[in-house]
Amino acid sequence: MTRKQKRTLVRSLVSGALLVAAALIPVEGLWRLPLFLIPYFIIGWDVLRKAAVNIAHGQVFDENFLMCIATLGALVLGEYAEAVGVMLFYQVGELFQSCAVGKSRRSIAQLMDIRPDTANLLRDGEITEVDPEEVAPGDIIVIRPGEKVPLDGVVLEGASALDTAALTGESSPRDVATGDEILSGCVSLTGVLTVRVTKEFGQTTVAKILDLVENAASKKAKAENFITKFARWYTPSVVIAAAVLALIPSLITGDWVVWVHRALIFLVISCPCALVISIPLSFFGGIGGASAQGILVKGGNYLELLADTKTVVFDKTGTLTRGEFSLAELYPAPGISEAELLETAALAELYSSHPIAQSLRRAWGGEADPARISQVREIPGHGISVSVDGVSVLAGNETLLRQEGIEPTQPPMTGTAVYVAKNGAYLGCAVIADRPKPTAAEAIAALKARGIRTVMLTGDTEAVGQAVAAELGLDDVRAQLLPADKVTCLEALLAQTDGVLAYVGDGVNDAPVLSRADVGIAMGAMGSDAAIEAADIVLMDDDPAKLTNAMDISRKCLRIVRENIVFALGVKGLFLLLGALGLASMWGAVFADVGVAVLAILNASRMLLHKRT
Amino acid sequence: MKKTFKLIDLDCANCARKMEDAIKKLDGVNDASVSFMTQKMTVDADDARFDAIMKDVVKCCKRVEPDCEIVLK
Repeated sequence: MTRKQKRTLVRSLVSGALLVAAALIPVEGLWRLPLFLIPYFIIGWDVLRKAAVNIAHGQVFDENFLMCIATLGALVLGEYAEAVGVMLFYQVGELFQSCAVGKSRRSIAQLMDIRPDTANLLRDGEITEVDPEEVAPGDIIVIRPGEKVPLDGVVLEGASALDTAALTGESSPRDVATGDEILSGCVSLTGVLTVRVTKEFGQTTVAKILDLVENAASKKAKAENFITKFARWYTPSVVIAAAVLALIPSLITGDWVVWVHRALIFLVISCPCALVISIPLSFFGGIGGASAQGILVKGGNYLELLADTKTVVFDKTGTLTRGEFSLAELYPAPGISEAELLETAALAELYSSHPIAQSLRRAWGGEADPARISQVREIPGHGISVSVDGVSVLAGNETLLRQEGIEPTQPPMTGTAVYVAKNGAYLGCAVIADRPKPTAAEAIAALKARGIRTVMLTGDTEAVGQAVAAELGLDDVRAQLLPADKVTCLEALLAQTDGVLAYVGDGVNDAPVLSRADVGIAMGAMGSDAAIEAADIVLMDDDPAKLTNAMDISRKCLRIVRENIVFALGVKGLFLLLGALGLASMWGAVFADVGVAVLAILNASRMLLHKRT
Repeated sequence: MKKTFKLIDLDCANCARKMEDAIKKLDGVNDASVSFMTQKMTVDADDARFDAIMKDVVKCCKRVEPDCEIVLK
């Protein structure tokens, strides 16, 4: 609790005790008034002062003013205990509200707390602790186990495991050694690292992320703007309604006490606080909860859009697939073992620097004796002809083998096939493909289960595109697209769908597409400035399953927002009605104001409890 | 130019909304946003007169919400 909150608590207790005492002292008539005025001023003096100051500044319809009118009105009507009690209830409610908001704000801030406090600067063999902002690029810093990496840099010496959870939400540590780049915001776990700083603090990953998340609050969601507009009309309308309620029935019936009292109840209900406070809190909680899982959302409006997304368009390479070639499958000819095929292929490609050759060698994993290979002859566009252990080997495309009179067998899957022949006989073929990420199929299935249409865009051939789409279960695929075609294609898709369309890419060459979509989601963005700039939502690591996670968070957030709007408006409407009919007391009215606000805040703070799915 | 300022003792969401409304109406201010959650205010105003405009912003906030203080640095 802050000092202000503690003071309010003490005032509430003292005034509560005095209120009970005043009610028990047997004094009759007007003499009771000063007895009740003591606790009234103890608890309400700041409200009265603020109301007076605000009126002097031309701000009439604020909650302080409303509370003053309502309680002073009650005093005039002779309802002394009620006047003090309502003011007391209001202050206690406000206190509770400010504690609840403060607590959620702190826990959200904690979720997003990746700011490093100090850096250990190494200069002339001495280590001094300095503010990360004072470190210049080129300086050397030392990071001890358990410390946060304060600035982006390159490891000069040492090895360690890095906990990247704060950045990516990914819990398994990443190993770094000499020569590796490291990003600020990670925590070094095991070893001491000496690092040469490459960027000043303002340019580091951590500073960019903090900036992004902190500015997220300034991009308001539609629901937030609705509430703002609503609040502008709500309070004056209820105050006018109160005036009408006080005057017209009283003039007709002549029963001023009853109708003025009902009008005062109206005034207490008229503060829009519950709504105004709980809606941004829900969005803020959603953004904070998401960032704790490595999902950066640039504003409440994107959370809102993501929750309404009906179509998700994926880029293929690097988003759904790994973006690198690896051995997908071996199809040996009858009588040949997979091991023999792979070894022959890898040996044939031993001297080639082509990515396909590299992936074959990687898959084989053996240590080759260069003496076994001779007479290497590259046949451009076709493949390679070598002699392995004195036996001639061909490795390449179909044309290469056919030229030598060997008929290859077509493999049943798409990808780049390397056909291998040894001594004039067909050995089989190895298919190299860009494999889907392990979680991609699961992520697509999860999206479909949520009723979302999935489309894939790719620059690859129709056959490869169709094969990947079929394997992952995508609804639609558009292949053979040049980067510029992707924008046109996305625009066509935008015109087709009535709902929100999200585009997921890796941000490498699809920045225009990212910004054209309703929601642009960049994936695997750790350290990629371009992606962080262009996208609306950034998934820090490259796991497509994070997308469903982000979607669940956004939907939960919007559900809470709707609950709060309906609940707060519903309760207020109900109490306005009951108040007009004379069925609600002043106490009920205070509950409709402060109690609802507190409940709405508690509901909003559920956002912080969102667990990883 | 866009600048962010810290706010001290901004303790009601409705006041934040009113401050934002009032600042937006000031001459020279292109856009403004007051976040109750982060206790921060972002002001986007004309470069040339930024400091003068900020004086108006401070005055305006004093009028709307006397308890809240803007940290100018």
